[in-house]
Amino acid sequence: MEPLDIDLDEGELELPADPMHLNMGPSHPAMHGTVRIVLELSGETIVKADVQVGYLHRGFEKMCERGTWAQVFPYVDRLNYVSPMLNNVGYALAVEKLCGIAVPERCQWYRMALGELARISDHLTCNGAMAMELGAFTPFLWFVKAREMVWDILEEETGARLTHSFGRIGGMANPPTADFKAMCGMAVGKILGLVEEGEKMLLKNRIFIDRLQNVGPISGAEAVSLGWTGPCLRSTGIAYDIRKAHPYLKYDEVDFDVPVGTRGDTLDRFLCRLGEIRQSKRIIEQCIERMPDEGPINSDDPRVVLPGKTDVYTTIEGTIQHFKLIMEGAKVPAGEVYSYTEGGNGELGYYLVSDGSGTPYRVRIRPPCFQITGGLHRLIEGRMLADIVPTFGALNMIGGECDH
Amino acid sequence: MSQLVLDKLKARFGAAILATHSDFGDDTALVEPAQWKAISTFLREDPDLDFDLPVDLCGVDYPSRGAAGRTEVVMHLYSIGKKHRIRLKARVGDEDMDGAELESVTSIWPGMNWLERETWDMSGVRFVGHPDLRRILMYPEFEGHALQKTYPADRIQPLVPYRTEEEAGVPLEKQAPFGPDEGMAFGRTANNISRAEVD
Repeated sequence: MEPLDIDLDEGELELPADPMHLNMGPSHPAMHGTVRIVLELSGETIVKADVQVGYLHRGFEKMCERGTWAQVFPYVDRLNYVSPMLNNVGYALAVEKLCGIAVPERCQWYRMALGELARISDHLTCNGAMAMELGAFTPFLWFVKAREMVWDILEEETGARLTHSFGRIGGMANPPTADFKAMCGMAVGKILGLVEEGEKMLLKNRIFIDRLQNVGPISGAEAVSLGWTGPCLRSTGIAYDIRKAHPYLKYDEVDFDVPVGTRGDTLDRFLCRLGEIRQSKRIIEQCIERMPDEGPINSDDPRVVLPGKTDVYTTIEGTIQHFKLIMEGAKVPAGEVYSYTEGGNGELGYYLVSDGSGTPYRVRIRPPCFQITGGLHRLIEGRMLADIVPTFGALNMIGGECDH
Repeated sequence: MSQLVLDKLKARFGAAILATHSDFGDDTALVEPAQWKAISTFLREDPDLDFDLPVDLCGVDYPSRGAAGRTEVVMHLYSIGKKHRIRLKARVGDEDMDGAELESVTSIWPGMNWLERETWDMSGVRFVGHPDLRRILMYPEFEGHALQKTYPADRIQPLVPYRTEEEAGVPLEKQAPFGPDEGMAFGRTANNISRAEVD
């Protein structure tokens, strides 16, 4: 039998020499539906990549200028929607810095425990989703099962699985439930067990390792000059963690390590996140051990904290205070402040400007993954098309945060 | 902690540092816009200051200031090695945002690239010498700058027609997937084309 291609010229088999343009996203499963990369390809090699964001822009900063200071909380939930508690606490700390309020000790431990739970959920989502995008569906289910345990606790505490709106200026919406410590103590062990099972499936898989190792490497100095923070920066070997470098809440009193990588490639970013889950577990265990069972959860500053319901219904002072705080908003002293915490992806900063009224003059969020995504083209240019998926997945771009 | 930074800045640039404060522990310097890049270079390169991490850049609009510099461009920097921070501010533009320009610092910190694009997009401050000053969160046809205080929050922007190949900058080999009136919210006739006219 004759071969089928017998009458084809050699020249017809060659690929065209012109670069090919390809739109990757926004409707691409690995692009989270919010990022578009305009690629210039030579064969399968990326010659030029233009990363375009903004598909999820909702005018967060403009909306904040229309309500009271307390009405910003539901918006910050929707920035990083896999770790909304870290955003809540970050914003609350920023306003408290501007007001000069310190929250009670019990609240600080509570915020830390909830924040670390949110961090675990953030890292599990990132690592699980990246593995799934590479075709490893089972570990994703394991990680999501562990994430469900985190969300069960958060649901029990706050009433909502995802958008908690639980932070308040000067405290939290509710004190910890009676079962909080027991639930945390039980869950963290189970979560770690599931994570270990899931990571065993991945880290003993030659194909998975090959897809990550030496893919998208970046040097520490370059990552810093791009404004990277968080696990992506630490994977290059620079141990900049705000919880260690500039401790807030009670992070200076707990014992934990900062996992760092060496090569700054995608595998290091993956491993850094796994390491941080273990450290978060350690922090949670110390928090539940040291958090007092009794005591106030909110600061007693009447300028910003709502009075108790009994006072509102039985005393005229309470009614007036409640009315003014709800209708006019807490009067935050005029000034400008930049407050920063360690979010799931890195430095989560809030730059607030107040003109002394009940409405923010300017709320500027510094979303960590905006600059991380801004450096994406440095990682993928010159690489193969298929490397985009793990590289982009390990950066943990969160659309709500990146696009404001 | 880092009064040192403000002292060094004042010693080096003198009159170009218009004001400083350290409210809430945040060291802040308001600087002459013309010296923006020179001061940035100094902050990056002086071994005692060594600001290597570009943290943030944004614009804050004060329409009431009028000709005195309507928009305040605010830059936050951090030094990983020295563990100190600074906030640098410059006031640019008059009532109509004429002359709202600063020199780009993208060549000093590549991470400022997107932040400068965002500040242009949202606050309308141009960065001279920026390699690629396009809008970033909004689309090219968007009119105005959303975070200026004079931009009404409820303003509706017209829907835009599909871009031609020249406008888009990349070949558009495929046909546009929608007709001109599709994708329009109910009751809006921004393009003034009704379905009846198309049919």
